[in-house]
Amino acid sequence: MPLSTQSQADEGQYTLVASLDNARNLSNILKAITFKDHAIFSATPNGLKVTVEDNKTLQANAFIQAEIFQEFTIREDSVGFQVNLTVLLDCLTIFGGSTVPGVTTSLRMCYMGYGYPLTLFLEEGGVVTVCKINTQEPEEPIDFDFCSTNVTNKVILQSESLKEAFSELDMTSEVLQITMSPSQPYFRLSTFGNSGNAHYDYPKDSDMVELFQCTKTQTSRYKMSLLKPSTKALALSCKVSVRTDSRGFLSLQYLVRNDDGQICFVEYYCCPDEEVQEE
Amino acid sequence: MDCVVTGGNVKVLAKAIHSLSRIGDELYLEPQEDGLALRSVNSSRSAYACFLFAPLFFSRYSTPSGHAFRCKMAIKSVQAVFRSLASLEKTVEKCHIELDGQKNRLTFALHCKYGLLKTHNLSFQDSESLQAVFDKDSCANTLRVQPRVLVDTVVHFPLSLEEVTVSLSDERVWFRNHVEDEAGNSQSKAMLTEMCLASDEFDHFAVQAQNSITFCLKELRGLLVFAESTGLPISMYFDEPGSPVVLSVTDSVLEVNFVLATLSDDPSLRKNNTKRNKAYQGKKQNQAASPPPPDDFLNDDMDSYLIAMDTSIAPGTSAAGPPSPPSANHTYSHQPAVACHRTRPHSEDEEEEEEQETDDTERPPNKKFRSLFFGSVFATASQMTNQTVTSQEVLASDSEDDTQTESP
Repeated sequence: MPLSTQSQADEGQYTLVASLDNARNLSNILKAITFKDHAIFSATPNGLKVTVEDNKTLQANAFIQAEIFQEFTIREDSVGFQVNLTVLLDCLTIFGGSTVPGVTTSLRMCYMGYGYPLTLFLEEGGVVTVCKINTQEPEEPIDFDFCSTNVTNKVILQSESLKEAFSELDMTSEVLQITMSPSQPYFRLSTFGNSGNAHYDYPKDSDMVELFQCTKTQTSRYKMSLLKPSTKALALSCKVSVRTDSRGFLSLQYLVRNDDGQICFVEYYCCPDEEVQEE
Repeated sequence: MDCVVTGGNVKVLAKAIHSLSRIGDELYLEPQEDGLALRSVNSSRSAYACFLFAPLFFSRYSTPSGHAFRCKMAIKSVQAVFRSLASLEKTVEKCHIELDGQKNRLTFALHCKYGLLKTHNLSFQDSESLQAVFDKDSCANTLRVQPRVLVDTVVHFPLSLEEVTVSLSDERVWFRNHVEDEAGNSQSKAMLTEMCLASDEFDHFAVQAQNSITFCLKELRGLLVFAESTGLPISMYFDEPGSPVVLSVTDSVLEVNFVLATLSDDPSLRKNNTKRNKAYQGKKQNQAASPPPPDDFLNDDMDSYLIAMDTSIAPGTSAAGPPSPPSANHTYSHQPAVACHRTRPHSEDEEEEEEQETDDTERPPNKKFRSLFFGSVFATASQMTNQTVTSQEVLASDSEDDTQTESP
């Protein structure tokens, strides 16, 4: 049965069709938020948002704008479903996810609507694989209620400088403490491990700091185990925006450049561990 | 203590700490008048290393005059400060080390590129002074060589190799992997790797006693990493087997000494080589002059090669090293005869030759090798040569008290 005729016949029934010449543009960014199996997909005419959560204390979102896709057709205002992210990633890299230049897997992702599986057509070198992944009832993502008007402190850094710090962090420390302040020490990461404590201080006028907007000295602690997954996004990114709001909630926004030079965003929200009295 | 290290010296310091981490789990830090001393010793106290950085190594160096201060801490935590060795040179501009005795904190502050400041506050314990007793000036043999030569030599040994044997003649040095004689059944599997260096490879070559010493390779490798990165020549000082070998690297601003125990080569100990403890006790009686090592090291399997280690403040380095066992006839002495063979498998014929050369005083025969041979004899049962007779004897002598029954 010729594949093309079938998909053409079905074309009208799909509520969502998204095509990519290079499936890596999707799989890479999904890897940056893979720390739990279940991912909530929500598509709007603007693009695709994928959400992963952990214990109602951590949330990661990946945004892939409609322009990234070579084709992005949506028949409703919004489409939502939940799939197993690990399975999806396995399918996206079913041809081995080779990084050889010139060899790319192209993808056509289709979803017919509530109750239907997510169908992936993957093609590499003339070989086509069709994967159908069962979808689940989409859960309501937690609303961290992190709005930009409540942001007290915001720092945008080149990811390079944070990568170094995160790769050296003392993992025997249970928490990572982030201090942001309009005065000394400006932006500080601290760990408290078995062998002592360590501080990483970034001055506000460093070449690595692109934007420094701190209104109030704020010190919050975040579980190291919660921040650990975000290093995957950090590794992919070129810039990161670190924000805290008045409650001490942390937002990390990563700007990720894909193979074709296009820009996507990954965002992590994290609850603070405990209140720390300002010194 | 308050000192500042800048530029390329930060990497030297970092390499020193990584090098020390090959020795032991703890770093002993002692700010002295003549510089900052970093030391480490392994758990069996058979290896000791000391890096002394002269005040000139630092751009600033000050110690509280009057009372001596010493501390020790987990070497891992100090290593963490200098974790990314590769990027260290590019990123770190200045390292400020401060010891606050009142707050019990040792602070490493790394001032990095782009104004990034990394501060590590490490906790420490007070400690005794750690000082090995050795005297390299009185050693019979002194060799000095560029690190590259030794790196190229050592690279041929497998990483799993624990000990290396160095043999000297008037104009040559042999490096050979050490195969435990007493582990009879491993010998047939063992591969001997031997490298021969001519005396003109060395910057300095002074040999008074032609002998062989065996010591641990791991620590030598650690020192080589350091010496190679700084490009400084390595000096080796040693006497007879059983007395420590001193490996040192010196410069106008730093002095590095690695003191490693060598395998005792006393033939009387060799005979009882199945009983290490006996060997140790024998050696200990010889050591009466030097302070006995602490009791908790007695059960250690390295104890036959103990270095006498003084845990109190040593009265200078004047004390002569632990008296070594009488050197007597080295069982090794025949070995230069087979020298200069490059990597070669230990073949049956050679094994046979060696066996005959060294016959009566030497090692218990090799069980596995013999049983293989015996099997082949069974296959061709008719031809009973002399060789097979010896081999059968040997097979039987596998038991503990074989030394008596050995010679016909």
